[in-house]
Amino acid sequence: MWEVFVRSRAGLAHQHVGSLHAVDAEMALANARDVYTRRGEGASLWVVPATEIVASDPDDKESFFGLDEEFRHPSHYVVPDGVVGI
Amino acid sequence: MGDHAVEALLRVGDSCLVLAQRLTAWCGHAPALEEDIALANIALDILGQARGLLTRTGEIEGAGRDEDALAYLRDAPDYRNVLLVEQPNGDYGHTMLRQFLFDAWAVELWPRLASSSDPVVAGIAGKAAKEAAYHVRHSSTWVVRLGDGTEESHHRMLAALDMLWPYTGEAFLDDEVDVAAAESALMPLPSSLLPAYRHRVEAVLADATLPVPPDPWWQRGGRQGSHSEHLTYLLADMQVVHRAHPGASW
Amino acid sequence: MYTQGLDQAEPLGDEELSRLGERFEATVAAEEKVEPTDWMPDAYRTLLTRQIAQHAHSEIVGMLPEGNWLSRAPSLRRKGILLAKVQDEAGHGLYLYSAAETLGVTRDELVDQLLAGTAKYSSIFNYPTLTWADVGAIGWLVDGAAIMNQVPLCRCSYGPYARAMVRICREESFHQRQGFEVMTVLAQGTPAQKAMAQDALDRWWWPSLMMFGPPDAQSVHNDRSLRWKVKRFTNDELRQKFVDMTVPQAHFLGLTIPDDALWYDGEHWVFGEPDWTEFTRVLSGDGPCNRERLAARRTAHDDGAWVREAAVAHAEKRRRADVVA
Repeated sequence: MWEVFVRSRAGLAHQHVGSLHAVDAEMALANARDVYTRRGEGASLWVVPATEIVASDPDDKESFFGLDEEFRHPSHYVVPDGVVGI
Repeated sequence: MGDHAVEALLRVGDSCLVLAQRLTAWCGHAPALEEDIALANIALDILGQARGLLTRTGEIEGAGRDEDALAYLRDAPDYRNVLLVEQPNGDYGHTMLRQFLFDAWAVELWPRLASSSDPVVAGIAGKAAKEAAYHVRHSSTWVVRLGDGTEESHHRMLAALDMLWPYTGEAFLDDEVDVAAAESALMPLPSSLLPAYRHRVEAVLADATLPVPPDPWWQRGGRQGSHSEHLTYLLADMQVVHRAHPGASW
Repeated sequence: MYTQGLDQAEPLGDEELSRLGERFEATVAAEEKVEPTDWMPDAYRTLLTRQIAQHAHSEIVGMLPEGNWLSRAPSLRRKGILLAKVQDEAGHGLYLYSAAETLGVTRDELVDQLLAGTAKYSSIFNYPTLTWADVGAIGWLVDGAAIMNQVPLCRCSYGPYARAMVRICREESFHQRQGFEVMTVLAQGTPAQKAMAQDALDRWWWPSLMMFGPPDAQSVHNDRSLRWKVKRFTNDELRQKFVDMTVPQAHFLGLTIPDDALWYDGEHWVFGEPDWTEFTRVLSGDGPCNRERLAARRTAHDDGAWVREAAVAHAEKRRRADVVA
């Protein structure tokens, strides 16, 4: 099983679009082209063996992603009325 | 341009049409879903090439025939495709080998046709050249995979090669139509494509661990309208609805 | 990406299970998506696996009735359009098998179930395509009904299924239109063409209504499906929506819906009762083409076995050669 990523046009990041079956990288790339870019959606393709992807554990969701540092976001700060350009 | 142009264009256009018709028969029946989709893409490209060329042929002929009149209302003796493409699909390996033996020709032809003296043909060929480059990659990979796969696949490919090889010479045999088309710069001379074709075919067969068969008598006649037994069945099937309703629109 | 976490989960205690269960129900109730690595109740996994697999099988078997007319399409333009459409169905089957695989089942297992006759697929594909007009009727009615079923599935609670459906619905928008175009040309064509169009409508109308499944009163899975936001509307709601949309289209074509009980109540088109015994019969294996369809899939699978084996063997050889080199 291979995961497929498509860059829809220059300047954008590759995005995951789906998966497919193939016996080797060459077949995976060819299949990705035929299966996922039939309507001219792609400018570049990545294929990655699904087993090569290391994923975070869903049970760690809270300890991994539970960070609450509101001060990292610009909305945390009050800009005084009348001040522009900040 | 005159008769020789019509004849010469039909030889390419009909070859594409008949091959596309053969390929569509795989739709829904391929060895894997991914391959079903890939084959349909290839068939669609080649059908598109046929439509472009037949339309242009009709315009040059000037007798009011459009792509459908040419496709649906001619009988086998009026078809000008090479014999290779009308050969039955056989198993998947057979189809892939036939495809490769066609693609290896098309990938040499289209870039040369892209500088045809006919601007419409040149335009069609420019697009087709890119398509054919992908097709030959697909089919040659499969020929190598199946030739150098399992013992069974190797034997099947040997059998396919034995059946198809005699049909690979026809596309390179020049006749007076070809000479006239080449003189008017409409098309390259068929024989001029042969060295590159041979080079590619021999390389891929070697990679596929398949021996290059000795040169047999090259089966011929399709480009002049003398076909194998298979074409009339293919046309009967393709044309039946269209012919049952003369003059109807679809 | 639907990879497993690094560690195998320990068996869960009752307390943990009920906490997870509550969190799951809350996620679904809040219209958030469930993703493959999230905990989910077994019943949800089973329900989705079955539904997605049936959906995938329907796309694959659905290639056959229309594929039947590829060789005889009456113009080259129609041939190309039909080929692109049937090809899309293969693509949709593939997206859906991939979505099902995220639930822990392989495509091979699902295909085996289909070929063994133990999995279901949409019963509509067990009807024969007898004339070119059937290609039009299928695009117009069958794809029309499918779109009506599928658009709400884009909001399904299971992420991979919802995403597959978004892609499918986007691609499918041309399917119904090309069918209606075929019907329009036939309906405005020669008397023989118009008769062909009416005949196709006569044969495909009732099976299309059956595509929405049994009446709500008899539907086994409706309640849970709705609560878990796998489905958004009941079978009867969607069926009514389809009839309301389609009847005026038939009138535009100048064709007659084969239902004597049909009338407009000022808001909806009231329609007669489909023959549910026929529905059950076709679904359980005795439609006109059940055997043929499965036999065609089995043949394709069996005939392709040596190709798939050779591809694997070749890839293996090349890997070994790379290692040596």
